[in-house]
Amino acid sequence: MSMIHVTTTVNGDEVEFLCDPRETLLDVLRDRLSLTGAKEGCGTGDCGACSVTVDDRLVCSCLMLGAEAEGKSIGTIEGMADGEALHPLQEKFIEYAALQCGVCTPGVLVATEALLKKNPDPTETEVRYWLAGNLCRCTGYDKIIRAVLDTAADLRKAS
Amino acid sequence: MAPDGNMTNGFKVVGTRPKRPDGIDKVTGRAKFGADATAPGMLHASIVRSPHAHAKILKIDTSKAEALKGVKAVVTRADFAEGLTGENWNILENVMASDTALYDGHAVAAVAATTALGARDAAKLIEVEYELLPHVTDVDKAMADDAPVIRAGAADKSVPEGLHPNVVRYHESGHGDVDKGFSEADLVVEDSFKTEATHQGYIEPHACLAQLGSDGKGEVWCCTQGHFNVQKVCAALVGTDSSQIRVTPSEIGGGFGGKTVVFIEPVALALSRKANRPVKLVMSRSEVFRATGPTASTSIDIKIGMTREGKITAAQGVFRLQGGAFPGAPMEFTAMCAFAPYSLENVHQVGYDVMSNRPKQAAYRAPGSPMAAFAVESVIDELCNKLDLDSIEVRLKNASKEGTKASYGPKFERIGLVETLEAAKAHPHLTSPLAEGQGRGVSCGFWFNHGGETAVSLALSEDGTVAISVGTPDIGGSRASMAQMAAEELGIPYESIRTTVADTATLGYNEISHGSRVTYASGLATIKAARDAVKKLCGRAAAKWGIDEDAVVWEDGCAKPSGPNAGDFEPLPLAKIARSMGRTGGPIVGHYEATPEGAGVSFATHIVDAEVDKETGQTKIVRYTVVQDAGKAIHPTYVEGQFQGGAAQGIGWALNEEYIYGEDGRLQNSGFLDYRIPVASDLPMIDTVIVEVPNPGHPYGVRGVGETSICPPLAAIANAVSNAAGVRLTELPMSPPRILAALDAQANG
Ligand code: FES
Ligand code: FES
Repeated sequence: MSMIHVTTTVNGDEVEFLCDPRETLLDVLRDRLSLTGAKEGCGTGDCGACSVTVDDRLVCSCLMLGAEAEGKSIGTIEGMADGEALHPLQEKFIEYAALQCGVCTPGVLVATEALLKKNPDPTETEVRYWLAGNLCRCTGYDKIIRAVLDTAADLRKAS
Repeated sequence: MAPDGNMTNGFKVVGTRPKRPDGIDKVTGRAKFGADATAPGMLHASIVRSPHAHAKILKIDTSKAEALKGVKAVVTRADFAEGLTGENWNILENVMASDTALYDGHAVAAVAATTALGARDAAKLIEVEYELLPHVTDVDKAMADDAPVIRAGAADKSVPEGLHPNVVRYHESGHGDVDKGFSEADLVVEDSFKTEATHQGYIEPHACLAQLGSDGKGEVWCCTQGHFNVQKVCAALVGTDSSQIRVTPSEIGGGFGGKTVVFIEPVALALSRKANRPVKLVMSRSEVFRATGPTASTSIDIKIGMTREGKITAAQGVFRLQGGAFPGAPMEFTAMCAFAPYSLENVHQVGYDVMSNRPKQAAYRAPGSPMAAFAVESVIDELCNKLDLDSIEVRLKNASKEGTKASYGPKFERIGLVETLEAAKAHPHLTSPLAEGQGRGVSCGFWFNHGGETAVSLALSEDGTVAISVGTPDIGGSRASMAQMAAEELGIPYESIRTTVADTATLGYNEISHGSRVTYASGLATIKAARDAVKKLCGRAAAKWGIDEDAVVWEDGCAKPSGPNAGDFEPLPLAKIARSMGRTGGPIVGHYEATPEGAGVSFATHIVDAEVDKETGQTKIVRYTVVQDAGKAIHPTYVEGQFQGGAAQGIGWALNEEYIYGEDGRLQNSGFLDYRIPVASDLPMIDTVIVEVPNPGHPYGVRGVGETSICPPLAAIANAVSNAAGVRLTELPMSPPRILAALDAQANG
């Protein structure tokens, strides 16, 4: 099987890799680029644990091929904090205990950041529907939703 | 001297809500879970699974797979230990089938190759010849005379004569005279219930990285609720000594009981031994559904008698649990929990453990209790409705208290059921108006909680900070609670303490993180280890001051003379004693090893409002309140999180989640699309009330909280839905087709 050469941008850095045409973007991120923040919870687009952004669009990286990343700009959980300064969402998730096991957390955070970029003032219902593709089995979502709504309010006040 | 006895107030750190120590790792993607580890030269593995529910394995041809480029090892049952007996044999049989595939998804072979894709390709080239056998997946059918026998001779001595060989264990308990009790009742209600199997549904699939040499020395990295158990089981299954296998637990992405079981680690070890390279094995989601622990499915009959005033005169239950192709369905827990909330003179319960062609059931949060509560609390609700009695008052009238002889035998110590009912009664939820189409349900729930073998060590650093090593994987923030308890004892800041889940080479045996035992048992051990360290710290101060050890007390993080008679010395803070410990007797380490047995049982009362659309059969949960006795909440935010998580899983189980088997015995919904767990838009906020009735068996009064929260929801929701729909729902999940069928049946009389 011949490999495909791909040049892309991940969290602002230019990256090159070789991949099998069958490998997903998630496989490439995790196995070839050692970015294991995105998780495989299902591999079928149902859990959102693998959420990343591709040219600022939220996608399930398990549903996209690695080869399709050519020329794109990928954002992962590893790029969310600015150096040692956590993103306000990350701060709030810790403060509110919006995670128990934390395996869904990278996907939830990436999805939420994308939501707040589009809609800085979402209602509870809008947050719940936006996150309906991110399964969390531990929390019952209550603390996640509160963390998102309160971060959004803080960010609005700050801007 | 070290403080002793119980302290229930005056806490400084316990009861506060500090940030968790693994917070930053978890929100930045840095935390390493099961599938996140790699090793130089690592191979990837894939498992071949039976597509049949029940089939003889005639032949396994691995030659084509072995010929594929990049394939380094193939294993079948012949590559595991021989001559195992008892539970080890059962586990091995489940990990890798011998001559018969017992369920759809049963492992029959495995392969390791240089890439993950290569391993999957090779798995497809392994040819297995099967001879199909008749199968059964339903619990009642598996007990019927004409059911195919899953495994002859699997039954133990508890089973009375004349039952089908698929009934492998039997339980009977109770006290009093139920016939007499029923004759004293003004109303007796009897009904039958069924619940389908559900999966724990942790988002992280099972994963491990393992290495085993021909010298029998091995290393395993895996996501598990109990790495000491992984060590023990792996050693037995691959035929080496426990102490030669070191297991390091990764961060764990949810377990809920499902990761108390060993599935893939022995397979990775066997492949590694053959290939002489480290092997990584990660399950796919569909493998998780097909081959790892769902709950038992159940069929239950309940009969309860009540007086006009709401006093229960007698209760009896028959509980049949299907636990897959192996013995072990938790039917005695189901039977024992069923009537535990009530003080009963006459009670009788019978349990059957039934085998079928399904995956071996595994623990799921309070195994067996939620189904019992569903059946029992539905009948109590029916009695309240028919006798026009208030459902909370009836429960209060019959509630178990300190001194009550429990339905399962012992006398209750101090318990908090009445307090949860009183708190529910006082909660605004209970009196808030319901809209058209809505119904309200309440239910109580019970779980034993557990202690278990526990070892903790607590080491001081020269700079006055402290490292705690625990042997119980952190499945819900327990590293924070351990640090809080140690900070409380030592009188130093929470931030000066770091808790680590240590590997199997570092500590004595620790039982699995199950039974809601971690905050109770590892917490108790942490407190005792801290007290052990304090004793040593006081000893160093005494030696320095030249006074008797007994004349030194520990207060606010300092050693102090115990009174004016002890002498006049400046208090010595922990950091100061630690700084010189190398010169004053060597390292200071506190430790504690024991099997604590004072885990206090716990109760909860849930209130739920449901709205049923009678056109579509769709149910929406509109309001939910959890009231539960935590004994003492160490970190209240995490306690709330356990309450909310249990309620949410209960909502899924009640309304949506089920294992669906086709006529062919194959699982039809082995993915999150068709096995739909609750998503954010399905749920309301989940209100919580923490009740604190201290457990006399823990220094701070802690009771486990993780499991009781899933005991009442099935029943509370069934009561709410039945009240909203105007018809009693007796089967779970109450999915739209079932609700419509119940409404139809009612309309057609
Ligand atoms: S792993 Fe991609 S959606 Fe679940
Ligand atoms: S915190 Fe465990 S799945 Fe969300």
